[in-house]
Amino acid sequence: MYVAVKGGERAIENAHRLLAQERRGDPAVPELSLEQIEQQLTLSVDRVMNEGSLYDRELAALAIKQARGDLIEAIFLLRAFRATLPRFGNSEPIDTGTMIVSRRISSTFKDIPGGQVLGPTFDYTHRLLEPQSDTAVNSAPVSADASLPKMPRATDLLAADDLIERSPEPSDQERVGDLTQDPLRFPADRDLRLQNLARGDEGFLLALGYSTQRGYGRNHPFAGEIRLGEIEIEFAPEEIGFAVPLGRVTVTECQMVNQFRGTATEPPRFTRGYGLGFGHCERKVMAMALVDRALRARDLGEEVKAPAQDEEFVLSHSDNVQATGFVEHLKLPHHVDFQAELGLIRRLRAEFEEAASAGQVREAAE
Amino acid sequence: MSAAETAPAYNFAYLDEQTKRMIRRAILKAVAIPGYQVPFASREMPMPYGWGTGGVQVTAAILGPDDVLKVIDQGADDTTNAVSIRKFFQKTAGVETTTDTRAATVIQTRHRIPETPLSANQILVFQVPIPDPLRYLEPRETETRRMHALAEYGLMHVKLYEDIARHGHIATTYAYPVKVDDRYVMDPSPTPKFDNPKMDDCAALQLFGAGREKRIYAIPPHTHVVSLDFDDHPFERYRHNGTCALCGARDSYLDEIVTDDRGSRMFVCSDTDYCEGRRGDRDESVTPRHEAQRS
Repeated sequence: MYVAVKGGERAIENAHRLLAQERRGDPAVPELSLEQIEQQLTLSVDRVMNEGSLYDRELAALAIKQARGDLIEAIFLLRAFRATLPRFGNSEPIDTGTMIVSRRISSTFKDIPGGQVLGPTFDYTHRLLEPQSDTAVNSAPVSADASLPKMPRATDLLAADDLIERSPEPSDQERVGDLTQDPLRFPADRDLRLQNLARGDEGFLLALGYSTQRGYGRNHPFAGEIRLGEIEIEFAPEEIGFAVPLGRVTVTECQMVNQFRGTATEPPRFTRGYGLGFGHCERKVMAMALVDRALRARDLGEEVKAPAQDEEFVLSHSDNVQATGFVEHLKLPHHVDFQAELGLIRRLRAEFEEAASAGQVREAAE
Repeated sequence: MSAAETAPAYNFAYLDEQTKRMIRRAILKAVAIPGYQVPFASREMPMPYGWGTGGVQVTAAILGPDDVLKVIDQGADDTTNAVSIRKFFQKTAGVETTTDTRAATVIQTRHRIPETPLSANQILVFQVPIPDPLRYLEPRETETRRMHALAEYGLMHVKLYEDIARHGHIATTYAYPVKVDDRYVMDPSPTPKFDNPKMDDCAALQLFGAGREKRIYAIPPHTHVVSLDFDDHPFERYRHNGTCALCGARDSYLDEIVTDDRGSRMFVCSDTDYCEGRRGDRDESVTPRHEAQRS
């Protein structure tokens, strides 16, 4: 009896075996290969790399397979692996202006230098289930000329006319924060806020960004530019003193152009909200840019009253690995504490009944 | 456990040495300021947040190859999460493990303090979900840090007073707040308040790790720890008034076990090692290792 209540080592082992069996499914159906996941579930891979904070398509594919397609579980696997990796330094800042662009759109101008490039997007598809979508592509897509023209960022065009706030100049003195190496403290600067949002849960940021559009911290956004493409990562080892390329990563960037402000000494200028993520992740970076702008309320002297503007609320609850762990820990036994609560509620009820019967006695006597 | 069965790919006790040093610095600070919550750069661990990642990181940082580890959850060595964490350290550190409270040098616990009194040269590591005792009264970290800095604990007393006004009793039955060394109000982790008095003047070092919330705090040996109360409503220890059905203990914290669907109950010790010891099921030839090895 007693033993049956407590869990055992054998129970865990059996559960793991059952999990492995469920993961595999019907053995008559061919097993998924990592290449298939990497090639055909690319957006899942991108999300796992993003929120897992690790750019490795192969490992992300492995995590997705191991997690039976549960992306938060896959993100968790990748994060736990990442935490054990040695760090040898920071890469050079990337310049998204140098991106080899595969998609680039601006909603603020009808046309911009370099043009609007739709790229691989769901945007104008009709959402009709197509049983044939799994068959081979029947004709190669027409893609833009390999020698794409230069594509200045739309926000740089506004900046040239001084119509949008200037981006802060990079400084060698100031170390960029890293919330995986130092505990996050409040108030947090924008570097840490952006890192938190980049790792944050897509669904959480989507809902928060959406809430700003519905009036909870409205900031009048325009999608100044969204661009997707490859960018070279460089690293400057101290020993050789100059930057060497490490490889290319695909990133998505969103620059929101938001409500302008000015002061007695400063002319009115548009403000910025910024989003950047690994792989193709437009929904994520757009939501991120909305929330980034909302979280700048304090810096910009705006009143902080909506959830999306509340730094502690947003940054403390954006991480889905933390959130899922704590929500799901309610599955762990809590009977020791529950026993203490049972004791108290029984005592309170006994006192209640005692008082009630004493009252009846009094009533009868009166 | 032979060396071949331990996982070679990871460092001893999983964490890299740099991370361990960072955690040890936080522990030293925590010991120097009893009850103060020290922020630390908590890592993602290979088990979920809320399942003991803080305790696991503290244990990983203090564990040496000669340590003997005991892991309990709800007082028991055989609950699933205790089994899982014990196996984790068997695999990554290859240390000896035990269920015998007396034989352990490091005890990681969730929700209980063992019934057997702890001794010097033992370390008790608590897993903590919400380290700040003020969190449910004030959700903002910026506010609660200031309240701790100014020792502004009136809000906590108001809460306890409101309990009395509403229920006639202080309605906090676990995670019952304590004041450490006459300075910081501290959350003892969700242990039943039955265990609170064991923290006072305890000979062992008590370390508290909150992974998700990135905080470590400590009670050094023989520190004064007082459960908050009022003169006219003194702190009361709660224990179900009964005896353990297995060992007959009248002094241990009891688990209530429902034995059928007709309302039958039995009560047994939550501390399985204590219960086994009383029943004579424990190997009594064990020398307390911490005395033999660490002195």
